[in-house]
Amino acid sequence: MSTTTTGAFADALAPLNGRVERVPAAEVAETIDAAAVAPAVGVPLDIDGVSLPDSVATDFSADGVESAATGVTPAALGVAEYGSLLLEHAPAGAEPAQLYPSTHVAVLRESDLYPDLESAWSEVAAAFDAGRDDAVLATGSSATADMGELVRGVHGPREVIVVLVEDR
Amino acid sequence: MSSDRQRKAAKIREVMREEGDAVRESAGHHNEMRKDAVARLDDYEDLRDRARAIKEDAIERLPELVDELTDSVEANGGHVYLAEDAADANDYITSVCADADTVVKSKSMTSEEVDVNDALHADGLDVWETDLGELILQVADDSPSHLIGPAMHFTTTEIADLFNDVFDPDEPLETPEELTAFARDLLSEKFAEADVGMTGANFLCADSGSMALVTSEGNARKTVQATDTHIALAGVEKIVPSIEELYPFVELLAKSGTGQDLTSYVTMLSPPVDSPSQGVDGPMTAASADDRDFHLVLLDNGRMDMRDDDHLKETLYCIRCSACSNACANFQHVGGHAFGGETYSGGIGTGWEAGVHGLDSAGEFSDFCTGCSRCTTACPVEIDIPWINEVVRDRVNHQGREEGFDFLVDGLSPDAEPGRLDVEKRLFGNVGLLADAGSATAPLSNLVASFGPARDLMERVTGIDARRDLPEWQRETLQDWFARRGGSTVDEAAASRSAVLYPDVYTDHVQVERGKAAVRVLEALDVHVTIPDLPESGRAPLSQGMIDTADDRASAVYGGLAEHLDAGRDVVVIEPSDLAMFREDYEHFLPDASFERLSENAYEVFEYVYGRLDEGATLDALRAGHERLAYHAHCQQRTLDLAPYTESVLERLGYDLLTTDVECCGMAGSFGYKSEYYELSMDVGEDVREQLSTTDAADRRVVASGTSCLEQLSDLLRKPTRHPIEVVDPRR
Ligand code: SF4
Repeated sequence: MSTTTTGAFADALAPLNGRVERVPAAEVAETIDAAAVAPAVGVPLDIDGVSLPDSVATDFSADGVESAATGVTPAALGVAEYGSLLLEHAPAGAEPAQLYPSTHVAVLRESDLYPDLESAWSEVAAAFDAGRDDAVLATGSSATADMGELVRGVHGPREVIVVLVEDR
Repeated sequence: MSSDRQRKAAKIREVMREEGDAVRESAGHHNEMRKDAVARLDDYEDLRDRARAIKEDAIERLPELVDELTDSVEANGGHVYLAEDAADANDYITSVCADADTVVKSKSMTSEEVDVNDALHADGLDVWETDLGELILQVADDSPSHLIGPAMHFTTTEIADLFNDVFDPDEPLETPEELTAFARDLLSEKFAEADVGMTGANFLCADSGSMALVTSEGNARKTVQATDTHIALAGVEKIVPSIEELYPFVELLAKSGTGQDLTSYVTMLSPPVDSPSQGVDGPMTAASADDRDFHLVLLDNGRMDMRDDDHLKETLYCIRCSACSNACANFQHVGGHAFGGETYSGGIGTGWEAGVHGLDSAGEFSDFCTGCSRCTTACPVEIDIPWINEVVRDRVNHQGREEGFDFLVDGLSPDAEPGRLDVEKRLFGNVGLLADAGSATAPLSNLVASFGPARDLMERVTGIDARRDLPEWQRETLQDWFARRGGSTVDEAAASRSAVLYPDVYTDHVQVERGKAAVRVLEALDVHVTIPDLPESGRAPLSQGMIDTADDRASAVYGGLAEHLDAGRDVVVIEPSDLAMFREDYEHFLPDASFERLSENAYEVFEYVYGRLDEGATLDALRAGHERLAYHAHCQQRTLDLAPYTESVLERLGYDLLTTDVECCGMAGSFGYKSEYYELSMDVGEDVREQLSTTDAADRRVVASGTSCLEQLSDLLRKPTRHPIEVVDPRR
């Protein structure tokens, strides 16, 4: 994966109220800690050598997620040309954590970044064929123009921060 | 004006005043954004072909896919209900909601189509629209005016007034930010309370029972996530074979609609899902699919009949991206409340309304489609939207025809249409005959026609607006002139090429000078010219929905051209809308081989000149100059991508050229002549008038390719206009 792919990903996210922090695995926890607005909730990340900081609560309830300011979840893949993330709904709690808090921190392995939608889509289709049944391709933050001009943060997050884990 | 026309004109005036500005700003903006977005795709046309092919195949195999999808959803643990019509769908949905109190909904045009909210309210349920546009409509008790921006006709101030009035918040709401935050908080409560979540579905995958839901706000996700019972209501046409086939649609949908690369959320799920729902106390744990209920309601409501209808069938390929509405000049100016029926609006709204609500709903507004064809290049699934409008208009013309009486009237009419046909339509549809009479009796015909009382009478009887100048018939037609000069000055045997110059009605009878100029230009490029006596192309009757007449004309034109084509002559056309008939519309009327022969050998006049230069002819014989020109290309000239030839030739000859970027002049053939549409036509024309009145443009000579554009520009600018071929005429 070239760094130009990573650059394209960051460039595509920027106008959508998103930003990318590229760090080695060992620095993921402190990067999340710095990016997350408290109170933060999250689900386990399942990436080698990566853990959540203590400031992120994992035993949250429905009420907890509604009052959290930040949700931290893994992202299954990224689409560099559009700044999109494939967010799966497992493990339990990942979906509400992506959806309710106003800041979403997504942790993505750099090797899961695809250059374009077509190449990423084959992966999405393969995952569904293999039994996945619930995922969202999220591009930037939640937005509406219904009130007369663009407003971010409607029924989903206002801001998206991608922590990109250097893994190659 | 007749009372019917007066009523229509008054309604258009009102909608234009109340909603026009807001709709125009959004739709126009989305249209520009769309053009930029698809230009970034290097395989745009290929993606459209793929999307089209997937839809063609899926609709062809629909019954089989319905069965497959039913099996998949049931295997996942959900239920499928095939609803015959709106009442059937509503009965099922209310029965599923029997124990519920509150329903949250994400945006779905299909639910508007069946009026499910009314059915749920009647059952005592509290229903909340969670898409902010739909919420505005719900609070205002209004109907959608656009496929994806349903409340596009509201301005921020109007929404603020509405919300302040209805909800009486502590602090009055004012800005879009405040309104959005207020709506978000209000709806959070509703999500928490709700027992049932209703969504539509943008796509359904037969093999896995998965669906795709596309939203920019994230409300569809919350609707599904927050409730235990999920009802998805979708038209049967939404089914594709598998998730693999979704790719071209995901790539094209947002770009075509709003010009974004992707809509914020493309949710894919195979319900019932095991994500934990809201309102459960304690830590989040995976719910099992058993805790959730899923009902897919597949709506027929006329769709299976559309599938068997050769002309309406294409409508089922529509993915409701709204590109056709945004690209439409008339839509931009009036929006879906004038240019729309009970549920659906815009050009493709005609097909949907005719299919699901019937001809009456569609007939009301199909006239707004002028056949300019700009939408056809915007549609991601390549639907011939103007053709659907023409077919529906034709059916409206034939509606209620009683056998046994009309044949008498028909016998007296020159066309192949039923006696009940509106006088206005019949007049415009038969313009070729009118022109023959006009030229034969000129200048008397022009004198009578311009006489005030005669114009008022004409307006009452025929619907031609008295404020329009009428075409001035020339006593000597182009064909007469050509015969008088003894035919072509270039000997056919020695010429580089030989061409038939198609004498369209306006060139032959009104704009005779541009015809003469075209003859001289072609001859200057060593082309032998023939001008046979050929009928009107069928464009005029087609635009009035007189399909049988158009079909007859197509056969007659082809009949008259066949031996010229056999003799190796090219066909050169001055009027872009006639060329579009030969290149596109005749596909519906002629056998394939005939259509291909004609379409491949017919050229727009500047395209032909350009081709001659490519073959090595020189420009020397044409009139060069440094004059400042302002050029307005015709709508079909743009769709067929012909404008660059005119631009290139004029520039190579040294002219200082400004091309308008306003796409439509508003006249659109006969549209702007009709009294009920006159004001709309002038309103649409305002943009081009403005551009041509700037300091850089005001002193330029105005040239345009289409007859109706020339008429409209003369009216708007109060100065003479001409066809660009006259500018390069060696004899000028
Ligand atoms: S007809 Fe084509 S352009 Fe119009 S809404 Fe449907 S898919 Fe979009």
